[in-house]
Amino acid sequence: MSEPPLSTLSGWGRHSARGRERLGEDLERISADVNLSRGLGRSYGDASLPPDDEPDVLNTTFADRILGFDEDTGLFRAESGLALSELNRLLMPRGYFSPVSPGTKFVTLGGMVAADVHGKNQHKDGNFGDHVTSLKMRVADGRVLECSPQQHPDLFRATIGGMGLTGHILEVEFGMHRIPSQWIWQESRRIHNIDEFQDALEESAPEWPYTMGWIDCLARGKNTGRGILMTGRWAEADQAPSRAPKPGFQPRLRFDWPSWVLSGLTIRLFNELFYRKQWRLRSSGIVSHESFYYPLDAIDSWNRMYGRRGFTQYQCVLPREAGQSSARRVLDVLTARGGASFLCVIKDFGRESRGVLSFPRPGITLALDIAVRDDTQELVDALNEQVLQEGGRIYLAKDSFTRREHFEAMEGSRLDEFKAIRDRWDPNRRFRSAQSVRLLGD
Amino acid sequence: MRVAFLGATKGMGRALARLMAERGDTICLLGRNDADLERSAADLSVRGAADPVPSVVCDLEKPETFASAIDAARETLGGLDAVVVTAGVFATQDELEADPALAEKLVRINFSNTVMFCEAAKKALLEEGGGALCVFSSVAGERGRKPVIIYGAAKAGLTRYLEGLDHKHHADGLRVVTVKPGFVKTSMTAGLDPPPFAGEPDAVAQRVLGAIDRGAPVVYAPAPWRPIMAIIRAFPRAIMRRINF
Repeated sequence: MSEPPLSTLSGWGRHSARGRERLGEDLERISADVNLSRGLGRSYGDASLPPDDEPDVLNTTFADRILGFDEDTGLFRAESGLALSELNRLLMPRGYFSPVSPGTKFVTLGGMVAADVHGKNQHKDGNFGDHVTSLKMRVADGRVLECSPQQHPDLFRATIGGMGLTGHILEVEFGMHRIPSQWIWQESRRIHNIDEFQDALEESAPEWPYTMGWIDCLARGKNTGRGILMTGRWAEADQAPSRAPKPGFQPRLRFDWPSWVLSGLTIRLFNELFYRKQWRLRSSGIVSHESFYYPLDAIDSWNRMYGRRGFTQYQCVLPREAGQSSARRVLDVLTARGGASFLCVIKDFGRESRGVLSFPRPGITLALDIAVRDDTQELVDALNEQVLQEGGRIYLAKDSFTRREHFEAMEGSRLDEFKAIRDRWDPNRRFRSAQSVRLLGD
Repeated sequence: MRVAFLGATKGMGRALARLMAERGDTICLLGRNDADLERSAADLSVRGAADPVPSVVCDLEKPETFASAIDAARETLGGLDAVVVTAGVFATQDELEADPALAEKLVRINFSNTVMFCEAAKKALLEEGGGALCVFSSVAGERGRKPVIIYGAAKAGLTRYLEGLDHKHHADGLRVVTVKPGFVKTSMTAGLDPPPFAGEPDAVAQRVLGAIDRGAPVVYAPAPWRPIMAIIRAFPRAIMRRINF
């Protein structure tokens, strides 16, 4: 069959590369001679994009069959292209939810493993990878094998959070959590500055399984880091409406907004309004899990808001040892450079994951949405230098601007371990992505 | 509804079988690859079909297996209310011109063998006192078009066969549903440039299930393909010679 022409593939932040997706139901058959998998393309940067010299990538989204579900234990197994949205749709009415969910439901199970995603319950339940019991993979020498904490544990640990660089993830097995309803009891609380924010997150952690905060990162001085803390837990069946939440109308952005729409002024206005919305110090009530977990999924293709140049999300974690003032220092770098973030999210992490290169560690994470402009590279460099000083690191699922030397300095011995495992499983570096070329020199 | 389903492991068939499973229909899977059938059976049973979902090996390349496969399905299901055929092969006109053996195989599978399968299915359904026979043909069979000459010819033949079957057996309770998908984004069309109005398998499946329930004889999916094909059928030959669609 003649090869189809190359097209433009892009990450969620609109960072793009020339490539060709191979689609099919039978991943085992079609994965033999391609060297990177991608799913729904929701990683923000270049993690799911092929390197320049090798345009073919496997798209897993047609491989979406559920292979087993035990209603007694919650043990679940499926092909790696199954979307979290489909999993939610099918199993939430039966009282089960993914043990960990990121801020969008439009991700595949394979992607959730590769990025070792975290959610609002990271401080309590860890990362998605902590709940994975087994993976079926195609590795560099062509073998298809099963790996788990017992079987090929090195491959297993490097694959969780390994951004697809250890092989193709074909099947994922993990434990689902029981939920009492499809509704969330949510409490939101106005927070006046970054120090109060970190105290509030810490105080809420033992009491609330789900916590996260939104920061108005245009506020300065004593208001730096003001925002809204959102905490939640599953509503008990007798608190919640008996009906299931209805999927609302999902508007879609059909064109790229011109870049002036998200100017300093509109960003300021949005952030101010969002902050003022929480006019009471505290409020609480029952909300649907969709509005609690996936507020941005309510608008299809919301990334078009950032125009043709797209955006980058800068997400870092600052270790507990760096002290409470470290978050303020990072926000100061952003504001000093006039960097305006439309949306800024803060969350505390409770523990490291089992993944060799997984992102979280105990401390505070900040996620900043930044429209791509001429000076974005300098801004990311400056943020990375600050994060390095604090002893922190960045999240590969979001990144497209970090320089190799910064990444190597942040990761240190973890990177050595990752490389050693790759040396064992893929000595010729078959599995590569645009991101691994940039950050690992593949 | 008790359904024997040939082609439920992939594409539009997978989407349609899932809808049936979610509303509680009883399904027996027919297909050539036992391991693949087992995976789809697991998927459908978690989605609400009976557990376990039975399957019977049946290869569209082997007409001698058709009658026994349908009988086996009928027996496991304890009767038969519908037979669905979504299986088939696709190749571009260029590929078929370059490979006569492939062209011969495509015409045989998509036309002769599908007809023979339907003959066996029709017989079983008539013995049950009627039921739905839903078969996926294609808009490619509506007009001789440059990009789909051979594929379209096989589908045109299939469409005419199904039309005749409907005329002859409607009074006997046989509801023949001819599905004419336009371009739908499945693994079959992966790598081709999707035209305007390209459809998603789930939306197509919704329309088809509605047609099966109503006993509608012909269903275009996605819907805009009905007027599009009406226009294309009306084009004079001089235009068809010139355009590449």
